[in-house]
Amino acid sequence: MNDLATYNFAYLDEQTKRMIRRAILKAIAIPGYQVPFASREMPMPYGWGTGGVQVTASILGPEDVLKVIDQGADDTTNAVSIRAFFQKVANVAVTTRTKEATIIQTRHRIPEEKLSEGQTLVYQVPIPEPLRFLEPRETETRKMHALEEYGLMHVKLYEDIARNGHIATTYAYPVKVEGRYVMDPSPTPKFDNPKMHMSEALQLFGAGREKRIYAVPPYTDVVSLDFDDHPFEIQSFDKPCALCGAEDVYLDEVILDDKGGRMFVCSDTDHCEDRRACGHAGHMLARKEAAE
Amino acid sequence: MASQSQIYAGAFADPVFAAQSVFRHLMDGFARPGTIKRLKATSTPPAPLASAAGAVALTLCDHDTPVWLTPALSKSAVPQWIAFHTGAPVTTSKTDARFAFIEKGTAFPGFDQFSLGTQEYPDRSTTLVIEVEALTGGPVLTAKGPGIKDETEVAVKGLPDVFLEFWTANRAVFPRGVDLVLTAGDKLVCLPRTTRLALKEA
Repeated sequence: MNDLATYNFAYLDEQTKRMIRRAILKAIAIPGYQVPFASREMPMPYGWGTGGVQVTASILGPEDVLKVIDQGADDTTNAVSIRAFFQKVANVAVTTRTKEATIIQTRHRIPEEKLSEGQTLVYQVPIPEPLRFLEPRETETRKMHALEEYGLMHVKLYEDIARNGHIATTYAYPVKVEGRYVMDPSPTPKFDNPKMHMSEALQLFGAGREKRIYAVPPYTDVVSLDFDDHPFEIQSFDKPCALCGAEDVYLDEVILDDKGGRMFVCSDTDHCEDRRACGHAGHMLARKEAAE
Repeated sequence: MASQSQIYAGAFADPVFAAQSVFRHLMDGFARPGTIKRLKATSTPPAPLASAAGAVALTLCDHDTPVWLTPALSKSAVPQWIAFHTGAPVTTSKTDARFAFIEKGTAFPGFDQFSLGTQEYPDRSTTLVIEVEALTGGPVLTAKGPGIKDETEVAVKGLPDVFLEFWTANRAVFPRGVDLVLTAGDKLVCLPRTTRLALKEA
């Protein structure tokens, strides 16, 4: 690093970190409640994870090991550039292995591997307010949270059932935290919702453009909203992962050609690589080896 | 009158990394209520403020956070120490305070005299930093709530008898309420407003 480009550790100045740290502590004390904070401009556009980056920068220390994932993958643009950012401004150790990380910043997935105590999951959140598409006024949504008035959300889910015969919300599926606040789990697939419930890891959510921080402490009730006769269900897949043969994981569809060829692979690249290293093989992996 | 050295000395030797390390103990402490954390980074604030309480002030307080001090602390060199090292204004109004510091063995006012936040903005409440005799060896309380697997035990020594009553009342106004950091020397225990405490039945 040359003299011109020397930053404070982890880019943010200390006053900003203190302000974000205070917001994080209050967020942990009120699970699911969105704490307003004075979001800063970061050297990346809003919508690229500035909220998550500010939270990570405020908690990060020299002893941490950072993992960054984007839709489960360690090697996509957003993950690579945020990882490189923290290597540059904090000189922090990075990893792609879920087990080794102390802080995992994520965009829209929770790793398949169960997180453990001592790990912190930092979500990048685009729109933190679960009621925003139902009620555009902040003054009103704030009042609804204050009065615990969540009828509108149930009406929305009911309308899904009336139109489609089932709850058609597949991502950013609303949850109720500790029986009090309805929270947007960020646009993770609803497949990941059960992993938030009673998680051993601390979960922090940062929304940079919308200037909100919220949190779910470890061992906290996180219940997906549903109805008695239409219980919450997660997605299921017909086929296992084409590369590692994993079932019960979230799969991405990859188009292979213009003749309808496609494959389904783990969205969590670390999990997939781990399984392949252990000798698991899906049907397309086997074919690739035969061709070599 | 406080001596100059008391006021100007005693802050973190390495402010950036010390504040990060103290904050991580606080974050883990609030995420896992009842766990005792020993701070690696220490400060030496003027008496009667102790090391961990001083470290919390250096980590979290600045010009945005009015601080309330007990009468004894106000008379000591602590207000000048906080002003010099953090820039935080000292307030006499409990409801304006974002942080309140209470030294060992003082009777403290009811939690509802501090800011509890509002129903719309429950985060705008006071965080109390209370120095106690010891974090172990006191009457055993069971703690339940977010961050605690099943239940855990807290046995803080040196809290007044009314504490449990104050705390239950604080829990009842959720999501409003104060949050506590209990300190003893260089150790601390965090109690967010969500933690339910009860006397352990013998």
